[in-house]
Amino acid sequence: MKLLLRFLPEMIKSPLISEIILETGAKLNINKANVAPSGGEIVIDIPPDKVEDVIRAFKVRDVKVIVLEHPVIRDDERCVNCGACISICPVDVFEFGEDWSVDSNVDKCVRCGACVYGCPLCALSLGEEDV
Amino acid sequence: MTEKTIQEINSKIRDGSVCVVTADRMSEIVEEIGPEDAVKEVDVVTTGTFGAMCSSGVWMNFGHSDPPIKMQKVWLNDVEAYTGVAAVDAFIGATQISETEGMKYGGAHVIEDLVRGKIINLRSTSHGTDCYPKRSINTEITIDDLNQATMLNPRNAYQKYNVATNSSDKTIYTYMGTLLPRKGNATYSGAGDLSPLSNDPTYETIGMGTRIFLCGTQGHIIGEGTQHAPGANFGTIMVRGDLKDMSPEFLRAAILYRYGITLYVGIGIPIPILNEKLALSTAIKDSDISTSVLDYSIPRRSRPTIKTVTYADLKSGLIEIDGKEVKTSPISSYHVAKKIADTLKRWIEKGEFMLNLPAERLPPDTQVKPLRQTRELPLVKDVMLTNVTTIEQGSEVEEAAKRIIKGEFTHLPVVSKDDKLVGIVTAWDISKAVASKDKTLDEIMTKKVVTSDIDEPVEISAAKVEKHNISALPVIDKERKVVGILTSDDITKLVAKRRVK
Repeated sequence: MKLLLRFLPEMIKSPLISEIILETGAKLNINKANVAPSGGEIVIDIPPDKVEDVIRAFKVRDVKVIVLEHPVIRDDERCVNCGACISICPVDVFEFGEDWSVDSNVDKCVRCGACVYGCPLCALSLGEEDV
Repeated sequence: MTEKTIQEINSKIRDGSVCVVTADRMSEIVEEIGPEDAVKEVDVVTTGTFGAMCSSGVWMNFGHSDPPIKMQKVWLNDVEAYTGVAAVDAFIGATQISETEGMKYGGAHVIEDLVRGKIINLRSTSHGTDCYPKRSINTEITIDDLNQATMLNPRNAYQKYNVATNSSDKTIYTYMGTLLPRKGNATYSGAGDLSPLSNDPTYETIGMGTRIFLCGTQGHIIGEGTQHAPGANFGTIMVRGDLKDMSPEFLRAAILYRYGITLYVGIGIPIPILNEKLALSTAIKDSDISTSVLDYSIPRRSRPTIKTVTYADLKSGLIEIDGKEVKTSPISSYHVAKKIADTLKRWIEKGEFMLNLPAERLPPDTQVKPLRQTRELPLVKDVMLTNVTTIEQGSEVEEAAKRIIKGEFTHLPVVSKDDKLVGIVTAWDISKAVASKDKTLDEIMTKKVVTSDIDEPVEISAAKVEKHNISALPVIDKERKVVGILTSDDITKLVAKRRVK
């Protein structure tokens, strides 16, 4: 499962991720990390059996945790299945299905956002759900 | 030789015995039974395409207000329409950008919103005349309030199109979509085997008056499109249809990020299979249609062809460029193109769509001329300084400082032993090096140098200077040897001189 973590600037200095790996024993995969003066944003992938432990560990440390069940959302009404997203996506989320409609495998998504701007029909957006 | 007439086909449409196939199936049929039997079996082949067609728009007649106004400027949802015609006629072009929302909304969105029956704000100004005294108007309308809403697209349905890639090291944003750096992807447009004009490439049955599928309703071809270039298999058509009958399923506003607004237009042309020549031409396969991969990072009219590929290569999802596999994306929709060909097939089978022969065929031999530019276009070689002082890589910072002072310039290109450009240092870099002491020339120089070449128009170099916020460009030849330098001062002087003229 993918989580989006948002943390305040003062947390940037502490080795948060390492602490949580040691504490929970979960093998985290960092998909994306952004650090700015206003704070940071990290997208991580966690094994299903450690989801609860990891979420709890981050929350204790005042990190905002967002579960990315739908990392990228497609508006099927707007989409015309052109496929412009296919070659822009760095992790091959999109591919053509049988009748030249575009299939998406959102589990691979790392929320880079390239497709959001690359879609001529403005049919794609990055989803967010709080826990 | 088996031949058929349009009248024979239309009577079959009327009695329900017509045989219609979509163009993607025709190659199998002709392979299986041969062209002669294909003419006997198949009456009509339907085609389809759905993609970005910028050269599109709608003529509208608003009706007269009371007191009446001669509209001289008109905006629909803040998108300007052209009114250089009679009092209440206007043309809204697909690519026109909103004056308040910029590239988020444009003419194409107005057109889609009209089709969806949405309320549109209409604003107009005028100088006022004796017969049209009103000077401004601001009102809300829908498509039902318009006397006419006639789609009239000057150039649609390109027979085929070039493939776009980008060899530079930055992402570029084009009318072919987002192109990733270092040939990171390639984009293409066109339906290949379903492409209307590719299925009748000599325009035997396509021309002025041909009834077609246009955005979900029946429209017509009214002639060749602008830039129609049949010799190079780049034919185009001009089309007309009633916007009031169109469907948003086959007409969509789109935004090409950082490029602009466009309209996705759906077109399907029925090809009557009158003879073997048409049976063979409609049997065209993706692998029969070749096109060129062009480097869109070259900001010139003639972009170099990197290689030739077919639509079969493009549709496989990967093409090979310089030994590297490059992912491909269409920006047109084959899925919707097929839906159009299927819909047209159904209309004909149900007797709702009759075929006709054109009043005039499309011209088979027109060519596209470039724009005649009567004012001189200065090139870098006309403006650059040629006696450039350079410094060899590995030299002392002090030596660089001496050369800058002696030459009274601020930019010093750094070259390798074999004289190739490897970096650039400025007087500012040297001041920084002096301030921080113990830095070498190699450490302080800028290694990613923005350069220019002698045949580049100064306009392009000026854009580079502005984009990268720099003040000089070394001019290099094919071997990366420095042959000159172009400074922002040179550019400013040139612009000033041209203004005086």
